[in-house]
Amino acid sequence: MLLPRLARALLGKPLTDPAPPVPAETIEALAQRLEATARARLGRSLAIREVDSGSCNGCELEINALANVVYDLERFGLRFVASPRHADVLLVTGPACRNMREAMERAFACTPDPRWVVAVGDCAVDGGVFKGSYAVEGGVGAVLPVDLVIPGCPPTPAQILEGLLALLEAQGAPARK
Amino acid sequence: MSAALIRGGAPQGARPVERYLINEAAWAALPEALAARHDLALLALWAEPGLVHAAFLEETEGQFLLATGPVRNGRFAALSPARPGAARFERMIHDLWGIVAENGVDLRPWLDHGRWPITGPLATRPASNAAPAPQPEFLAAEGEGIHQIPVGPIHAGVIEPGHFRFHVQGEAVVRLEQRLGYKHKGTLALMQGKSPRAAARYAARLSGDSTVAHAWAFAMAAEQASGVTPPPRAIHLRALMAELERIHNHLNDWGFVCNDAAFAWLHARCGALREAVLRACARAFGHRLMMDRITPGGVAPDIAREGAEAILRALEAAEREIPALIEIYDTHASLQDRVVGTGILAGALAARFAAGGHVGRASGRGFDARRLPGYAPYDDLDVAVPVLPQGDVDARVRIRIAELRESIRLVRRLLHTLPPGELSVPLPHRAGEGFALIEGFRGECLAWMRLDDGGLIQAVFLRDPSWLQWPLLEAAIEGNIVADFPLCNKSFNCSYSGVDL
Repeated sequence: MLLPRLARALLGKPLTDPAPPVPAETIEALAQRLEATARARLGRSLAIREVDSGSCNGCELEINALANVVYDLERFGLRFVASPRHADVLLVTGPACRNMREAMERAFACTPDPRWVVAVGDCAVDGGVFKGSYAVEGGVGAVLPVDLVIPGCPPTPAQILEGLLALLEAQGAPARK
Repeated sequence: MSAALIRGGAPQGARPVERYLINEAAWAALPEALAARHDLALLALWAEPGLVHAAFLEETEGQFLLATGPVRNGRFAALSPARPGAARFERMIHDLWGIVAENGVDLRPWLDHGRWPITGPLATRPASNAAPAPQPEFLAAEGEGIHQIPVGPIHAGVIEPGHFRFHVQGEAVVRLEQRLGYKHKGTLALMQGKSPRAAARYAARLSGDSTVAHAWAFAMAAEQASGVTPPPRAIHLRALMAELERIHNHLNDWGFVCNDAAFAWLHARCGALREAVLRACARAFGHRLMMDRITPGGVAPDIAREGAEAILRALEAAEREIPALIEIYDTHASLQDRVVGTGILAGALAARFAAGGHVGRASGRGFDARRLPGYAPYDDLDVAVPVLPQGDVDARVRIRIAELRESIRLVRRLLHTLPPGELSVPLPHRAGEGFALIEGFRGECLAWMRLDDGGLIQAVFLRDPSWLQWPLLEAAIEGNIVADFPLCNKSFNCSYSGVDL
């Protein structure tokens, strides 16, 4: 049962969507910011460590979807890693719950340079609907230095992919004067 | 006896299930009465300043019952000695309201990690907190060569945060203790004083994967409190969204369980089918997860014109492929070896905790809120509820497969019989109290609220079904190897955010 299906899948058309177009302004803005933080080129890949600082788990669903056959983030050189010690990027969701502050700081401290922090989702931007709660710091930026925000509630996998590709393009771009 | 103790109290006017206010002596007699009667299931325990509330199900009669007891000197008689499912609720009640459950089986903090600027945030007068955060205490395990393995809160995959403290002997898990609360966002406090329409966004974000179920439960409780009924078209669309949510989550879980047994192919196929369903939801309702589509009074916006077609196409593709996926799942020896006989949850334990959803149904407890209490539009749909006795990872997967196929049938019926008409009714600004149970993909989502004379929320509680499932994972993993934990955990797939409030 399985082998014929595998054979058919290998010979058939791929299910993967074409890559989303990335706006030039996003790349330019990122390149300017990143130029100050990193001179080393990391080739054409990014190792991503996802950190949930207290989201509703909607963002996690959409981030997980990036690994499905339709979005297939690995074809771009993007991959999820198990430890911040192996990561280039911390992909952080959630409003930065106070109970997660220490874990966020430790994960960031373990991430070797050069590193970037990407805040995913409206909660990660500024706390979203949870802004002002006694239990949250109010956005990832209240705890960690954020390089890129991808707003949405949750952002679609296509929107998250677009942001990550922009980061990939920007950190690969030659240093500007 | 215990039900009579409750019904002897003063009715408070909750709808559609009555809530009885009993005196201190009656509440103090409850634990003993509950210990003597096993078919009065505790569904939830929560509080407000000065009062403690409990929701029960009389399993034999099929009737729900709400009880309220007074809090005297900041204390009330704990129910946990008679109902183990009460333990975490009691710890949460102390963390949020500063109320102590006297003789409670566990008095350690749960949601409060000592990191908030205040303590007792929902008490009438929260106190300020400047103390350094204490180290959490974990239960001990003793024996020859026992090691501790701490896991989390950040986990290896893309998954919510929570801490698991294992005690192991070699590869075998001797004890697992969970420490959750990392995702506490202060949801109940944020809802207080708001209108149901303004507070609905919090219910929708209690657990993103159950946004439809929680939003529906919240909306229904608000409608019961306000004495209104949403129009038939809205009710139909709500069920449509709820079944689509069930389908996309069950497809996701099936794939992820196989992935945790290192069988990537099924994970890839389920992911592709699920993506098609989410895209159809986006076409039909303007949002892949259908968040914020259900609001108190009805739904908004209407299903898009091409929506039905997109949904039917995605489901047809899933339906065509599912038999082949089942065949492969059934016959792949290394996969079956991992899932059969792993993570067994005994039926007696599932019953003692009144565990719902696929966790309960895979361990012989056939509860489904679509049948009991039942609610429109499911009354005419005769929902088939699968139940299995084995209680292992395999059984929890098979329940999901059966439910997913039943949900596909339900979606077709709902689309076929969608009535025309209005999408919502306005909520009058008046006092009232409402209770609702909606079957989400994990189990029954409970919502309760009381509105003041201006129609604003005076008190509210949202209970994700995972409250009664998380503790059972600790029992299910016992004796299994550590390497099977991700598999067991995923087979339960409890919500972290849902129980962290």
